[in-house]
Amino acid sequence: MTSLLDVSHLRMAFDTDRGKVVSVEDVSFSLRPGETLAIVGESGCGKSVTALSIMRLLGKNSRCEGGEIQFEGTDLMSLSDADMREIRGNRISMIFQEPMTSLNPVFTIGYQLTETIRLHLNQNKKQARASAIEMLRKVGLPRPEAIMGEYPFALSGGMRQRVMIAMALACQPKVLIADEPTTALDVTVQAQIMSLMKGLCEESGTAIILITHDLGVVAEMADRVIVMYAGQVVEEADVFQLFENPQHPYTQGLLQSIPHLDGFEEEERLVSIPGSVPARYSQAEGCRFANRCSLASERCRTQPPYAYVEEGHAARCWEAEAASEEEEAYA
Amino acid sequence: MRNSELKDAVGSASVRSAGEAAPLLELDALQKHYPVRRGLLNRPQSSVRAVDGVSLAVRQGEALGLVGESGCGKSTIGRAIVGLEKPTGGRILFEGEDMAGYSEAKLRNARTKLQMVFQDPYSSLNPRMTVGSLLAEPLRVHGIVPKPDAAREVDRLLDIVGLPRNSQDRYPHEFSGGQRQRIGIARALALKPKLIVCDEPVSALDVSIQAQVLNLLKDLQQEFDLTYLFIAHGLGAVRYISDRIAVMYLGKLVEVGPAKELFLRPKHPYTKALLDAYPVPNPQLRNRERIMLQGDAPSPADPPRGCRFHTRCPLATPQCRESEPELKGDGGHAAACFFPL
Amino acid sequence: MFNYVIRRLLIALPVLLGVTVINFIIMRMAPGNPVDMLVNPKLPAAAIEAKRLELGLNDPAYMQYLNWLRNLVLHGDLGYSMISYAPVTELIGSRMGPTLLLMGAALVLGLAIAIPLGVLSASRQYSKLDYTAVTGSFLGISIPNFFLGLALIYLFSLQLNWLPSSGMRELGGGGGFLDVLLHLILPVIVLTANVAGRNIRYVRSSMLEILDQDYLRTARAKGLREFLVVNRHAMRNALIPIVTVLGMEIPILFGGAVVIEQIFSWPGIGQLTLSSIMNRDYSTIMGLNLAAAVIVIAANLLTDIAYALVDPRIKNSYRGAAQS
Repeated sequence: MTSLLDVSHLRMAFDTDRGKVVSVEDVSFSLRPGETLAIVGESGCGKSVTALSIMRLLGKNSRCEGGEIQFEGTDLMSLSDADMREIRGNRISMIFQEPMTSLNPVFTIGYQLTETIRLHLNQNKKQARASAIEMLRKVGLPRPEAIMGEYPFALSGGMRQRVMIAMALACQPKVLIADEPTTALDVTVQAQIMSLMKGLCEESGTAIILITHDLGVVAEMADRVIVMYAGQVVEEADVFQLFENPQHPYTQGLLQSIPHLDGFEEEERLVSIPGSVPARYSQAEGCRFANRCSLASERCRTQPPYAYVEEGHAARCWEAEAASEEEEAYA
Repeated sequence: MRNSELKDAVGSASVRSAGEAAPLLELDALQKHYPVRRGLLNRPQSSVRAVDGVSLAVRQGEALGLVGESGCGKSTIGRAIVGLEKPTGGRILFEGEDMAGYSEAKLRNARTKLQMVFQDPYSSLNPRMTVGSLLAEPLRVHGIVPKPDAAREVDRLLDIVGLPRNSQDRYPHEFSGGQRQRIGIARALALKPKLIVCDEPVSALDVSIQAQVLNLLKDLQQEFDLTYLFIAHGLGAVRYISDRIAVMYLGKLVEVGPAKELFLRPKHPYTKALLDAYPVPNPQLRNRERIMLQGDAPSPADPPRGCRFHTRCPLATPQCRESEPELKGDGGHAAACFFPL
Repeated sequence: MFNYVIRRLLIALPVLLGVTVINFIIMRMAPGNPVDMLVNPKLPAAAIEAKRLELGLNDPAYMQYLNWLRNLVLHGDLGYSMISYAPVTELIGSRMGPTLLLMGAALVLGLAIAIPLGVLSASRQYSKLDYTAVTGSFLGISIPNFFLGLALIYLFSLQLNWLPSSGMRELGGGGGFLDVLLHLILPVIVLTANVAGRNIRYVRSSMLEILDQDYLRTARAKGLREFLVVNRHAMRNALIPIVTVLGMEIPILFGGAVVIEQIFSWPGIGQLTLSSIMNRDYSTIMGLNLAAAVIVIAANLLTDIAYALVDPRIKNSYRGAAQS
């Protein structure tokens, strides 16, 4: 299957008070039409930077230092600002973590929704209003006509996130980037929003890039998963492969450190990953996870290659590669 | 139902037989209403019922989990226990005595026995104080150790929570989120408390760090015979830490029971829905049967009549709309539902 | 909303009463009285006494205040000037127009400079334009009014002889629109420099805060042009704090007018205030003080109403108040 969006060897740098910081390095992945790809990792791992690079929404102090982002055959990084605006909100749209602050407090829901529609869909005021109401109905908001005239403060977090989804899907985009869309919501609302997003995107054939730190959400939603650590992709796999047979020690540690609901034996302890992410990881040589890894050895001082272990399943770890070599040897 | 059974479930003072040891901490019909001021004369016209009659006992040495969604009142309970909120009704009994009747000196002493760990370890630590002085301050204020010994005591606290001793001279911003939470825990431990209210202690932390902090909390509980009230919305963490769990909805307790039992066989439809909504880290289970709630919880300023959950409950009947169910059950597992699952 | 305005007006009454009482006490504590200032000390004591009687200065102080208050409440009468014998209402009325003209012009021009410059400055933070605007704003705040006024008079009236230095119209025959406009230029420049200076910084900082908000990222993610992101989505939010400052500008301008009107001999309230204080013209001082208090309270109330118009959250809380 041909891919819709190809990110290859992306390297993003920021100018900060303390000099240049490379926050994302050698990030590559591709997104197929209609699939849900989860990017999972902890805070500061570069998952949001990756998402915002696709939208080209990073601030002036950021710089793309290498790599390409191909969307339907064009390199987004080389588009003019005007052409990029044609894509934003229209063919690639995005929703954010904080529904409470992501809508402009002084404009009505109707205004903010029709603004997007009129910007991209060449509809007159009346048509845009009708489309907006239709979208609000689709995202399951009661009394959509009345909500058009409401200001964001009158809506709960869950309702606002529904409005954001309506806005993002109004132009039937090819890609929806959802950056921690339910992290700020209660679990019962999270479940509703997730199933709504999934349902609507299936209906319109929109692919989802789901950025999250929650492996539970990944298991519920994703078709494929990318695990990021310290600015790099450390593992990529089909969701079932990843949970059954995680290759990278970081992925394994993450999976084991989630407290599960089925219960614990009296003396059972959570497996935790010791230590924390090195502060200036971009300068580190070798494997960036080595300082927290129980399997680390001498060869981890050089950067492990990002290698395929099985079809569609790659990891950036010497151990994983060894496994694949052994398998090859057997074959 | 027999009195002893209800006592098992909620440990309420009203049903406890005479001569029995009182639990460490007891809430008796605790209530916290916030007035809503409006109108020409700015008089309070209605109130937000953050906590609306909660009776609950925390036994010596146990970890009691308190779960529920935002606005259910769980944090207000925690804050009321450590004295950050003044209840508008009901009693808080510490070692069997009503804290409202305490003298100034006795209250001060009781406060040292009831400590709190906050959600955001950064905003709860004064950014202009070194970790050493942050930890020494409560020792000094309450005269726990003589001044010359303070530094040694701080070293001991840092050892306990697994931070290097040279942290004394550093400032909170120099630490990562997980380390800051360790400082917060050390601060709570400084006064040798009996009960620690942990208010969302790990929800601001990354998954791999959460596990470290949860393990630390569990170790400390054993080592120092601590009692926890563990308030969180992350069900996994609550399940891991708690011996018993209480579930709240809109200012009321809807279910209390032993952790394992409650998660395995929830009685209240809300508990079931909460458990079902929790994303399970296993893709094989993604199409499981579950109760999916619709919409948001109603406002605590205007809670529904009858059972507060009836507006979202898939099993609600006319009875649920009319009258409010009492908390009842057996074997220490009680639910406030006319039709428990 | 209606309820709210009524409540505010009811609160305003005791405030006004308090202001007049305090003013009366301070005024009476100041040495001298209108008769001393007016009368030739060589006049016989009896004549001075007659004058005192006529002006009611021999009554106990509290009676004088109550008389003043009774006339005001029952007849809307502020009395007569103790110096010129003109009715105080008339005096204030004739001076209000020129002052409002001066202040209005300065306010409109000052904001017309400050808002766009503040917005541009914020959206291009640390650019040359930003540094220039911040420096200009600093100068506008820190150069004293009287100094700038005198410097302008020296340059444009004395040296270049381009503009008139005093008054509102040319003596004899003047008074047309163009004439007033020419007289207006210098004092307005001084006040505008001040208003703009204060507000550039304010607009800039409130805009900077808003440019960081999540909803602007949402606006950009929609595909909106940067111009609209700044001037539509950010501006509407930045207006909210700016409105508050506007309410505070009016009392500040009133204070500034006293100095400026004196320097440029502008026939406004400021000049009248100064001269009536010099002459201990009790009734005029009381009238002016009341007028100033009314204007400040009205400005505050208008600010709050404007606040509700630009911020839907506040509009809603008024709506709630009206319903209950």
